[in-house]
Amino acid sequence: MPTVKFSVNGTSHSIDTDPLRRLLDVLREDLKLTGVKEGCGEGECGACSVLKDGVLVNSCMIPMGTCEGSEIITPEGLRETDQGKTIIDAYGESGAVQCGFCTPGMMMATEALLRKNPSPSEDEAREALSGNLCRCTGYDMIIDGVLKAAERGKGLW
Amino acid sequence: MNKKISTPIKRVDAGMKTGGSTRYIGDIPFEGMLYGKVVRSSRARAKVKGVHVPVLPEGYYYIDAGDIPEDGKNRIEMIKDDWPVFADREVRFIGETIGLLVGPDRKELNRLRDEVKVEYEELTPVFTIEEAEAVKGGPVHGKDNVYGDYHLKKGDPDAAFAEADRIIEDTVRTGYQEHIYMEPQGVIARVQEDGKLGVFFSGQCPFYVRHAVSATMGVPEEQVEVQQTVTGGAFGGKEHYPDVISTPLAVAAGKIGKPIGLFFDRIEDISFTPKRHPSTTHFRTALDKEGNIIAMDIDVRLNAGAYESCSLVVLQRAIFSVNSVYNIPNVKIRGRAFATNNVPSDAYRGFGAPQGLFAMETHMSHVARAIGAEELELKGRYLLKQGDVTVTNGRIHEEVKLPEMIRRIEEMSGYRRKVKEYTPGSWKGIGLSLFNHGSGFTGNGEQEIIKGVVKMRKRADGIVDLLVSNVEMGQGLQTTFRKIAAMVLEIPVDSVVYNDPNTGLVPDSGPTCASRSIAIVGYLVQEAAKKLKKRWDESDVVEVSHQYETPEGLIPWDQNNLQGDAYPSYGWGVNVVEVEVDPLTYEVTTKGIWAVHDVGVAIDEKIVEGQVDGGIIQALGYGSLEKLEVKDGRFQQKTMADYTIPTSMDFPRIKSSLVDNPYEYGPFGAKGAGELVFDGAAAAFADAVQMAVDGDIKQIPVTPEYIMEVRENAHS
Repeated sequence: MPTVKFSVNGTSHSIDTDPLRRLLDVLREDLKLTGVKEGCGEGECGACSVLKDGVLVNSCMIPMGTCEGSEIITPEGLRETDQGKTIIDAYGESGAVQCGFCTPGMMMATEALLRKNPSPSEDEAREALSGNLCRCTGYDMIIDGVLKAAERGKGLW
Repeated sequence: MNKKISTPIKRVDAGMKTGGSTRYIGDIPFEGMLYGKVVRSSRARAKVKGVHVPVLPEGYYYIDAGDIPEDGKNRIEMIKDDWPVFADREVRFIGETIGLLVGPDRKELNRLRDEVKVEYEELTPVFTIEEAEAVKGGPVHGKDNVYGDYHLKKGDPDAAFAEADRIIEDTVRTGYQEHIYMEPQGVIARVQEDGKLGVFFSGQCPFYVRHAVSATMGVPEEQVEVQQTVTGGAFGGKEHYPDVISTPLAVAAGKIGKPIGLFFDRIEDISFTPKRHPSTTHFRTALDKEGNIIAMDIDVRLNAGAYESCSLVVLQRAIFSVNSVYNIPNVKIRGRAFATNNVPSDAYRGFGAPQGLFAMETHMSHVARAIGAEELELKGRYLLKQGDVTVTNGRIHEEVKLPEMIRRIEEMSGYRRKVKEYTPGSWKGIGLSLFNHGSGFTGNGEQEIIKGVVKMRKRADGIVDLLVSNVEMGQGLQTTFRKIAAMVLEIPVDSVVYNDPNTGLVPDSGPTCASRSIAIVGYLVQEAAKKLKKRWDESDVVEVSHQYETPEGLIPWDQNNLQGDAYPSYGWGVNVVEVEVDPLTYEVTTKGIWAVHDVGVAIDEKIVEGQVDGGIIQALGYGSLEKLEVKDGRFQQKTMADYTIPTSMDFPRIKSSLVDNPYEYGPFGAKGAGELVFDGAAAAFADAVQMAVDGDIKQIPVTPEYIMEVRENAHS
């Protein structure tokens, strides 16, 4: 089995794996990073969102063969950063969290947006999170959370 | 408004959940855990002549009805016990559980499952209400495929119909809806070190699971310990269905002796788990010469699917809701739930009320259009008031604040002005719906069946344990229950401990459903806290409990004749939706959404607002996008790509507000909210589209294809 070398949340890993195995499974099963959720397994819901070399991806759609040399950030990594903490607090204060199953993915999508656009408009925030589905909140308070994080975290991104 | 209790606090679970630290069922490690894979029926209706299982590799097992312990039974004890744990002689729907493959590797389990061959003798299936009524292929259930046939009468409808000047007939239909809780179904079962059977599950009703598993296994209920795990959404989809998967899994765990996890992938979840009941409602409405409604004759039919499960309770709520918020003097209602060979229909947020309310609101708009009346003026003539008689000949005991709520929503939305401005067929429309939702179990469920109990324990260090069986599933109970207890006890919220319930540790305060957690159990929490407060100065550990008692002044419920007060209190609502329809593509753009609700008093305004937002968007999905078709017993949409739920870009921001209307038997005056907020938006949306395209909308979801049909019919 080929070896894939990549880093996750700043730590290097070298994993012998089928190159077609999903990044999601390696993160959850091998590395026990269960903040990455599986909601649909077909790239529709965004619950398994991670950053791969700074780009927001659905880890259920990423074969390990494409991860050689990649830097992956999962919710476990992001939550330790100032940016992650800002998003977590803003979400909490905005009422953005209900069942919570989509929320780590939402946090990743928020981070990806704010890296590109630190002061998004409401429409830009809605567009940036449109690949992440939520069934509980109706989205308004998640969008509030994104905008609040942007405001609070001025200078962080 | 009780400012103190309603003032929002930060949800206690928000930080852990956002950061991904919260463990859901699929995140909990168990040493040596095996996996289960369900072997399912591929036929909608057939006799099972034989099951041929391939030679299994070492460490793999096939479990079926023959493995159920001698003292147990091959029936899932839910509200009804007609659904077998494992189908052995016959199958009644595609996807029904025949057996369970168990082993360490999920890929291998998938391969083995494809090699299991089931021999069927095919029978003629029935899929639609019409086919079921015709008893095509012989009955699936009883003699006539009817699970239940109810009749209600208020006033003297026959006499009123005899005097009618005009009778308007109308048929309104609603479709299936899939829950799409973001976390698919999951259960883990194992034999514990103390010999008890332990079940971990994602879901709403720990004591339901305990009851079902103990009956299947033939052991006392105390021999089964059920632990709820943080639940990633449920919406009714995890009310009874966890019983359906935990029972076969318990049989397997009992036999194999190792922990086994059963986790559905999304396709399995959409394809084979229960849905909201599709409905067909026929109205005959009698009017006098002046255009007043003098009587209604309503026939509600639900497609209940292959097993009865909770369908009769859903049917009851549907017929109790089908007169909506109106006091029509003479009413006749019939309700039937039909057996078909589709996946069983079951609980979904609203539990029959959304179907009944959509039908009635839509019909009222059709009557207004037919007689040339202004819709809100027509509806306003019949609004229920305090003291009025309900369709079960009970009473409305509380003050009804609908007139105030209507005035408020008119101000917020500009409804009255826009109704005049947007002429029918102008491709712009605005719609309004009125609705209510009874809090708690229907009829005598709370006092006769549930008899909920809560316990509260003060530790020596002043920390308080709240012991209840209700669960956090996103609706905020971890926060609101703590708030109720803390506010009564005058202690900080974080001094109240409320763990995800384990049936070995908490009393049975009933299931988490029917908008009962705050309205019913929250009141028990408040009353228990009052008892504890009186004993606060005792130095030792103090434990108190409180059990449900029927509120005073209600008209007793007669379950045989469905007469009396069906619910002790109601939440009330008004929704307005504004749309524009593209004249070429018939695509609908929602331009505005407004909502006013009466939930008594909000236990945290932010959490209630979150329920409002989420309920309305889920209902707009139901009303506009979420098409789920069934063909030959198989759902045609089975992924999240083809069954589409709303995204963050589909609807504009919701503007909502609450009125204050404290309820005597609710905690701090609160009533139920979780389902109410789902009940109105689909009808308001359909009403708005109706104005925009100038044609009667008679079904949901209102897709562009359906609008084209309506336009062609209206203008041909």
